[in-house]
Amino acid sequence: MSARAGAASDAVVLRTEHLGRRVNNVVIVSDISLDVHHGEMLGIVGPSGSGKSSFLRLLNRLDEPTSGTVFLEGHDYRQFSPRELRRRVGMVTQRPFLFPGGVASNVSFGPRQRGETLPDAEIAHLLGRVGLPGFAGREVTNLSGGEQQRVSLARALANRPEVLLLDEPTSALDEQAKAGVEELICNLVRETSLTCLMVTHDREQARRMCDRVAILEAGRLIQTGTPAEVLGA
Amino acid sequence: MLKSLFHSQITLGFAQAGIASVLALAVILLARRRNIHLESDAAVALVRGIVQIVAVGSILMLLLKGPRWTSVFLLTGMIVAAGSISARRAKNIPGAQKVSTYSIAAGAGLVTAVMTWAGVIDTAITTLIPVGSMIIANAMNTNGLALNRFRSEVLSHAGEIETALALGAAPEDTVALYAESSIHASLIPAIDNLRSLGIVWIPGLMTGMLLSGSSPLYAAIYQFVVIAMILASSGLTSLLSTMMIRNHAFSPAEQLVLRQGLPS
Repeated sequence: MSARAGAASDAVVLRTEHLGRRVNNVVIVSDISLDVHHGEMLGIVGPSGSGKSSFLRLLNRLDEPTSGTVFLEGHDYRQFSPRELRRRVGMVTQRPFLFPGGVASNVSFGPRQRGETLPDAEIAHLLGRVGLPGFAGREVTNLSGGEQQRVSLARALANRPEVLLLDEPTSALDEQAKAGVEELICNLVRETSLTCLMVTHDREQARRMCDRVAILEAGRLIQTGTPAEVLGA
Repeated sequence: MLKSLFHSQITLGFAQAGIASVLALAVILLARRRNIHLESDAAVALVRGIVQIVAVGSILMLLLKGPRWTSVFLLTGMIVAAGSISARRAKNIPGAQKVSTYSIAAGAGLVTAVMTWAGVIDTAITTLIPVGSMIIANAMNTNGLALNRFRSEVLSHAGEIETALALGAAPEDTVALYAESSIHASLIPAIDNLRSLGIVWIPGLMTGMLLSGSSPLYAAIYQFVVIAMILASSGLTSLLSTMMIRNHAFSPAEQLVLRQGLPS
């Protein structure tokens, strides 16, 4: 089910250089240098507390690096305003955190922050792409966990990001919903050549979904390579 | 009974304070029997309370002999102390003390100044200090409630706030809902005081005016004036402090600094 299927290119979309973060002299992320190519699905794998999610939060500047930096399309990301950066580097978290109200209002949240109105047809198109056709008028309180995560994905895609960060997007879902969301993400990456970084503690999921895998331990990058090279056959 | 034993007003006052404290201690001992331990906190509070209020009374005795403008310094000192005390309710929010002091100064200071200018509050130190301190103290409580509520709302909704930030929302917009609910919650006591005025309680100022021989009707109306002033100053303080503190919950790079388990 790997997302790649020839979609990735050698063009580097995101580059981290000696990226690190310390909080009160505790190392959270240490000296990570990594290239992420256009259209690839890069898995960030490691045990609990290895700094996977912390690393991801540095990439859209939800947290501030204490060393190193990130380049987006060749530009130091501090050149962009935080809002512009976060529009270009989208994020889907473990819990969907949908805002109170309707599905359509959630999907159009990002564009609305920039004063843009997302047309109804575009909302319907995005919901169709995440497997929720006809859900625009629904209230978020009536959705299942899997449906909520799909809305969260559509909401992130509405910003037309160049890079999508996925922080354990299926870990709060049951097996059936998990399989559905996995397939959906792989199809999206393949069809749109979206560049994705996905944090997962599930090595099998990384093997199923990712083109390349980076292993983190104690905040450090230990190894990168194809799933077969890093995780074994 | 006490009046026949103590002929000096000061010694009578201390005797009355002693009896009130004994009553409070009796309740604390009763609570202790039910395993509710308030002894040390209550003892410290009682001692602190009598020392502080006697100090204020002594200062007032001195001030009464001085020019009227000296009350401005005393009220300013009260505002600074109020800012410092209520800022403790906003633990881990950088700049909370400055925000609290400015908000109380603007809310309580403006209302006191306008009402003094309009002649509602007499410029005599004996009026300006007690009424001004009531306005400041209530603004302090409201500010503390607003900041405390805002802090707990942000901490418990960090996920929603960061999700909105990650989608490109402006920091102040991500906490607007929590700021509104903080303002609302902080003003409940002031609104309830006004609503229950005369029905549930007869406030201290009115009691004092009655004791000093004022007309009951005037004392009642003036009490309404004071409670309405408290609502105005508390409302303004809460509005300003919540508006200012929401910017302090974020770093210049629009990152939420007020998060569980994250030192600020």
